[in-house]
Amino acid sequence: MAHILVVDDSASMRQMVGFTLKGDGHQVVEAADGALGLQCAKAEAFDAVITDVNMPNMDGIELTRQLRGLPNYRFTPILTLTTESSAEKKAAGKAAGATGWLVKPFNPDQLLATVKKVLG
Amino acid sequence: MTIDMSQFHGAFFEESFEGLQIMETELLALDVGEVDSEIINTIFRAAHSIKGGAGTFGFMNVSEYTHVMETLLDEMRDGSRPVTQEAVNALLSSTDVLKGMLEAARDEVDFDEEGAVKQRAILETILLGENAVSEQQTAESKEQTTDEVGAGWLIQFTPFTDMMLTGNDPVRLLRALDELGEMDVKIDLSALPPFSEIIPEELYVSWGITLQGGMTKAEVLDVFDWVDDACELHVEPLPQHDKSDSVTPSEPVNVKLASPGKTKSAKAAEKSKTPVKKSASSEATSIRVGIDKVDEIINLVGELVITQSMLDQAGEDLEEQAEAQGKNKNTKILLRLRDGLAQLERNTRELQEGVMRIRMLPISFVFSRMPGLVHDLSGQLNKKITLVVTGEETELDKTVMENIGDPMVHLVRNALDHGIETPDIRTAAGKPETGTITLNAFHQGGNIIIQITDDGAGINKERVLAKAIEKGVISESDNLSDSDINNLIFAPGFSTAEVVSDVSGRGVGMDVVRTSIHKLGGRVEVSSEEGKGSVFTIRLPLTLAILDGQLVTVGKESYVIPLISIVESIQIDRANINVVAGKAEVYKLRNHYIPVIRSRQVFGLPGDKKDLHGALMVVVEVGNGHAGIIVDDLQGQQQVVIKSLETNYRKVETMSGATILGNGTVALIWDVAGMVNYHQKKLKQGTSTIKLSADDADNEVA
Amino acid sequence: MSAQIELGSENNNELNEHEDQYLTFVLGEEEYGVDILRVQEIRGWDTVTSIPNAPAYIKGVINLRGTIVSIVDLRERFGMDSVEYNDLTVVVVLRVKGDEKERIMGIVVDAVSEVYNFSDSGIKDAPDMGYAINMDYMKGMATIEEKMIIILNIDELMSLKDLDVVTQAVQK
Repeated sequence: MAHILVVDDSASMRQMVGFTLKGDGHQVVEAADGALGLQCAKAEAFDAVITDVNMPNMDGIELTRQLRGLPNYRFTPILTLTTESSAEKKAAGKAAGATGWLVKPFNPDQLLATVKKVLG
Repeated sequence: MTIDMSQFHGAFFEESFEGLQIMETELLALDVGEVDSEIINTIFRAAHSIKGGAGTFGFMNVSEYTHVMETLLDEMRDGSRPVTQEAVNALLSSTDVLKGMLEAARDEVDFDEEGAVKQRAILETILLGENAVSEQQTAESKEQTTDEVGAGWLIQFTPFTDMMLTGNDPVRLLRALDELGEMDVKIDLSALPPFSEIIPEELYVSWGITLQGGMTKAEVLDVFDWVDDACELHVEPLPQHDKSDSVTPSEPVNVKLASPGKTKSAKAAEKSKTPVKKSASSEATSIRVGIDKVDEIINLVGELVITQSMLDQAGEDLEEQAEAQGKNKNTKILLRLRDGLAQLERNTRELQEGVMRIRMLPISFVFSRMPGLVHDLSGQLNKKITLVVTGEETELDKTVMENIGDPMVHLVRNALDHGIETPDIRTAAGKPETGTITLNAFHQGGNIIIQITDDGAGINKERVLAKAIEKGVISESDNLSDSDINNLIFAPGFSTAEVVSDVSGRGVGMDVVRTSIHKLGGRVEVSSEEGKGSVFTIRLPLTLAILDGQLVTVGKESYVIPLISIVESIQIDRANINVVAGKAEVYKLRNHYIPVIRSRQVFGLPGDKKDLHGALMVVVEVGNGHAGIIVDDLQGQQQVVIKSLETNYRKVETMSGATILGNGTVALIWDVAGMVNYHQKKLKQGTSTIKLSADDADNEVA
Repeated sequence: MSAQIELGSENNNELNEHEDQYLTFVLGEEEYGVDILRVQEIRGWDTVTSIPNAPAYIKGVINLRGTIVSIVDLRERFGMDSVEYNDLTVVVVLRVKGDEKERIMGIVVDAVSEVYNFSDSGIKDAPDMGYAINMDYMKGMATIEEKMIIILNIDELMSLKDLDVVTQAVQK
C-alpha cells in the first residue's frame, strides 16, 4: 500500500490518523510540525502527505508550498486537515499547491475515503 | 472500518490540558495596551487544536465552546477586533470552563453546564458587540442553488494545463464522477499541441461528460471541489423530455472563472508570506515520547546501577584475593579493571541522573496556574495582592508535579483568603495596602522545597488553641510550643475561618493538603508570626522512582524505611514504656506518648522480646502523628530504586514496594502508614477498647 | 521457542488434529503438566525474600533480571506435605493471565520431568476422585506410557483470588 506522511502538532490527531491509515494497510510516518514534516519528506519518498494547517514552527500551508518546490513532490497528493471555519485556509492551501482538504472533525471512514480519492 | 476512538482520548486530554495551560499563561502575559500578535497567534493555535481534537473525538460541548473562543481570537488576530481587558478576562474564565469540561469528560462524570452557558453568553456578547466586523455574513452562498436533483447533468470539464501540479489527477476525478451514476465521456483533444511540443506534465485535453442518475448538483460540484480554481467547469441539467419541473435553471453555472495559466504560482508565492517565525526554543527542540518509554529506560538504568555495584564488588574481591595470595594487586590487568570499573561507576551515575531528569519538568508548570488564581480571587475578595514568583525553573518529577498542583492552589487560596488582610485593615496596621504572596522553589539535598509566603495577618494562636480545644483535638492541659500550635491547622476537620467564604472552597481543610503531600512522600509545615505573615513549607522527593531509605533488619530479612518518614531512631529505655489496657504499648518520648509497634509482631514472626529494654526503635511520622517501630537492627542508609510489587504479585498492606539491593536480593520497602494501620487492626481484634490513632502530634512537645 | 507441532504432510485422517506441548513436573507421586507456551524459564531454587503476612504457600519474591517475581510452593498450595528443598528442586517461571494483565510467577516443584505432545482430545475430563487439588485448577487429564498426567489450569491456579480469604484468615 501507500507510504504516507502525517504531519500534525496534535498527538491525538496524529495517533488517530496514523492508526486509521495503518489499519488500512498503509505505511505511516508521523511528524509533529511542518519543519519536521519537511525533513521527513526530504529524507524519504512518500506517496501522499496529510498535514494539519495550524502548527508551530511551520504551518501546513508553508509546508505544502515548500513540498511543491521539491522535485519529488511536484505531483504528490497533499491533503490539508482544516476546520469548517477557515474557508480562507482552504484557498490558501490550494494556492500553496495542496491537492485537497479534509474538514475537521472527520471520522476514520471519511479519512479513508478521502485518501482513496487521491491515491486512486 | 470500526476504530475505537477512545484509545486516542488519553493523548487528546493530555495535549488539551497543555494547550489550556499555554492559553492561560499567554493570556496573562498579554498586555492589552500593546498587543503582541504572536501571543494571540499562540493562544489561537491552542484553542484551534483543542477544537479540532474535541470535534474528532466526540466531545461536542468542548468543540462548540472552543469555537466561540476561536472566533473571538481569530478576529483579534487579524486585527478586526481590539484586544480589550474585558475580552481577555472572558477568555481567561473560559479556559477554566474548558478545563472543567475536559476534566468531566476525562473522568466520565457529568459536567455542570450552567457556568459554561453563562460564560459562553459573555463571550458571545463580546462577539456581537459594536466592534463586530461586517464581514460576518460572508457565508458561502455558492451552495444555495445546488441541492436540486435532475435526471442528470451535462458537464464540461476543462482543466488548466497546470492542474496536475496540485497533485490532482483528472482521471481520479472522472472515476469519482463515475461512482455517482452512469457516465458517458467524450474527450476533446482539439487543444493538443503537436507532439514535439507536448510537455508531459501538462494537460491539454478537456472532457464532455453526460452523467445520469439521481445525484444532486452539489454532489457533482463536490467532486470538483478541490480543483474549482484549476479548471473551467460548466454543469447544466440534462435536457428533460418528460418532466415539467421548471425550477431547474437553464443557465449553465460557471463555478469559478479563475484567471487561467501560469500567473498562479507566482501569485501564491507572493501571497503566502507565511509565518515561519522563530518560536520559543523549548518548542523547537523538544520531542514527545510516551512516559512509559521513559520509565522503561529508568528501570533499565536501575538494573544497570545494580549490575555496576555487583561488578564493583567483584573487582574489590579480586584485588583482595590477589593480596591474600601474596600477589601483586597492581598488575596491569587489575589496574585496567579498576580504571574501567571507576569509569563505569561514573558513567552509570551520570546516566542515571540524566535519565531521571527526562521525567523532570520545571515547577513553572504549577506556578503558572497561580497568577490567574490570584488575579481572580483578589478581585472577588477586594484585596490588593502582588504575586512574586521565584525559582520557577526548579525541576521536579512529572508525577509529583501533577499531584502537587491542587495542594498548592489550596495553600495559595488560603494565603489570599485567611492570610492577606483587606486594604483598610492593612493600612490601619501600618502595612502597605498591597499584600505580597511569594512562591519560591529550590532544591535541598534530594528534595525540592516549595515555600508559600504571605505578609498577612499570620496565624492567630489563641484562636487556633481555643478552636482545637473546642473540637477536642487537644486538651486544655496540653503544653504546646508555638510551632505546635501553628501546625494544628493541619489537624483533620480543623478550619479557622469564622465565615466559610466562597474562596476557601468546599469545606476541605488543610488536613487534605497535608494528606495529599504525605501521599507523595512529602511533608508540609507552617511557621507564622502574628501580624507579620506565614510561611508554608512543602518538602517533596524529587522523584517517585528513587527514594532515600534506611535499611533495617527484622528477622532474616532486610527492609527499607523511607527516610522522609523517619524522625529519629532511639534505643528504648524500659522506664519509658507503658502498657495501656493490658496490651497496647506506648512509649514516653520526651513529653508525649507514641504507640509502640513491634515489627516482628506485625509480620507474624516468632522470637519477639518480651522486654524491650535496649531495643532499637525507629520513630516515624505518619498521618498527623508519630509512632515508634521496633526493629532488630539498623543498617546503613542508601538510595534505592522503587519497584512495584503489584506488577507480578499484588498489593501488600504493610509494604509500598520493593527494591533490589547491591547483592541482587530483594528488599521490601515499608509503607509506614500501612504498618500502623495493620498494627491497629490487630490491636482491635485483640482488645477492642484502645484506639491509638489520636495521641500524636497534637499532644506532642517537640 | 515455538511449540507448533510438525503435523506431517500425510493429511490422512478426518481432522488433522492440533497438538500442544506440555511441560510436566513431579510433585510427590503425581505428575502435572502445564502448557509449555506459558513457561518462561526453569531455574534452580534460590533464596527468596519473604513477604510478611502472606499465606505459607507464597514463599516470597525474587529478583528476576530486575523484575520482582513472586514464588509459590505448589505442594503447599495443594495442601500436600512440604519437603526440604534439594538440588533437584526447581522453580518453573510461568506467564499467568489475570483479569487485566499478565503476571510472571514462579512455582516450586520437586523436579521437572518431560515435554509431551497432547491433542485437545487427548486431554480428558478428570474424574473427581479425591485428588490433592481442587478440580477448578485442573484442565484435564492425559495418559501417556501408562502414566496419568494432570494438566493444570495455571490461570485459575495462580489467580490469587482466594488470597484475600486466606490473608484474612491469617489475620484472625
